[in-house]
Amino acid sequence: MIAAVGLLIGVLLGLILQPEVPIWLEPYLPIAVVAALDAVFGALRAFLDGIFDDKVFVVSFVSNVLIAAVIVYLGDKLGVGGQLSTGVIVVLGIRIFSNVAAIRRHIFHA
Amino acid sequence: MTDQPTPAPKQPPPAPVPPSDGRARLLAALRRPGSRGQAAAAVLLAILGFAAVTQVKANGKDDQYVGARQGDLVQYINNLSLASQRTEAEIARLQQTRDALRSDTRSRRTALERARQQADTLGILAGTVPVVGSGVRVTVTDEKGGVGSNQLLEGLEELRDAGAEAIELNNRVRVVAQTSLKDVDGGVMVDGTVLRAPYVIEAIGSPHDLATALDFKGGFIDEVQRADVDGTVQVQESDKVEISTVVEPAAPQYAQPGATG
Repeated sequence: MIAAVGLLIGVLLGLILQPEVPIWLEPYLPIAVVAALDAVFGALRAFLDGIFDDKVFVVSFVSNVLIAAVIVYLGDKLGVGGQLSTGVIVVLGIRIFSNVAAIRRHIFHA
Repeated sequence: MTDQPTPAPKQPPPAPVPPSDGRARLLAALRRPGSRGQAAAAVLLAILGFAAVTQVKANGKDDQYVGARQGDLVQYINNLSLASQRTEAEIARLQQTRDALRSDTRSRRTALERARQQADTLGILAGTVPVVGSGVRVTVTDEKGGVGSNQLLEGLEELRDAGAEAIELNNRVRVVAQTSLKDVDGGVMVDGTVLRAPYVIEAIGSPHDLATALDFKGGFIDEVQRADVDGTVQVQESDKVEISTVVEPAAPQYAQPGATG
């Protein structure tokens, strides 16, 4: 319950404040958001599996975001930023898909 | 998947009987206010929602050049500078057109001005416009009826000699090139209008010249005041003589402009 309310509050805050994205954050934010989404779906799946642990969730969330940022940064430095970002998105997308599939099996038994 | 490999399944402390089914557990969690784990998840989800919305907004704003490759950016700049060159050429062309039109207008205005001045001059000469200016007012009284077209004609010619630019008789007839005088009973017929004494000749020109031209031996004044005519002449110089009568310009029927020189 509180989790859903937190998500709602975050979205509303973003809509109301409409913050400018700082220029240094601009390349990292999209990947970080996708990485965080992956962590959230993983957590939801673990919850449905009955093995959810808030500590693990927090750690995985933060580390996902950090690793995504580091990969983008590294890619930019190596001159393959675009390609590496695409790779990260693909991997995270695959993970999100498999997690969502597991969540679907739990909720719809199908 | 790999992020949640918690080896020890967590014992949910508040629920007395942990729901074995995933869906039941989710519904139960939604119904309950939440535990410490949910609070942590709420904070992280709030951050995620905030970041996602921010990113969506930033993405929707102006993303044409963000993340564009160097080659693309160079292409954009080239396109823009080409467009600006084209626009500048267009501006120069339009300015030229504008200048041409402006000078055209100016020369047309000059021509119009000149034509208008000429029309004024010709109008004064032809007697088609009212005129005002310095000049003389000559009043000829004629008790005996001796003053006729001869005397008046002489007066008019003296005035013309002295440079009169416009002449009017008795405030009724404008004297122009075609003016004719004829003696009739008790007066003089000028251009079909019968004038009677006293005759008032108003002439515009240099007042002194005009007055002098009338008054010399054997001139107009002598002629009128001769014993057999016995009129009197009074010449009055004035700074403001008004001539308001005009003649209708008659279209020439026979004469046509010929080649000059």
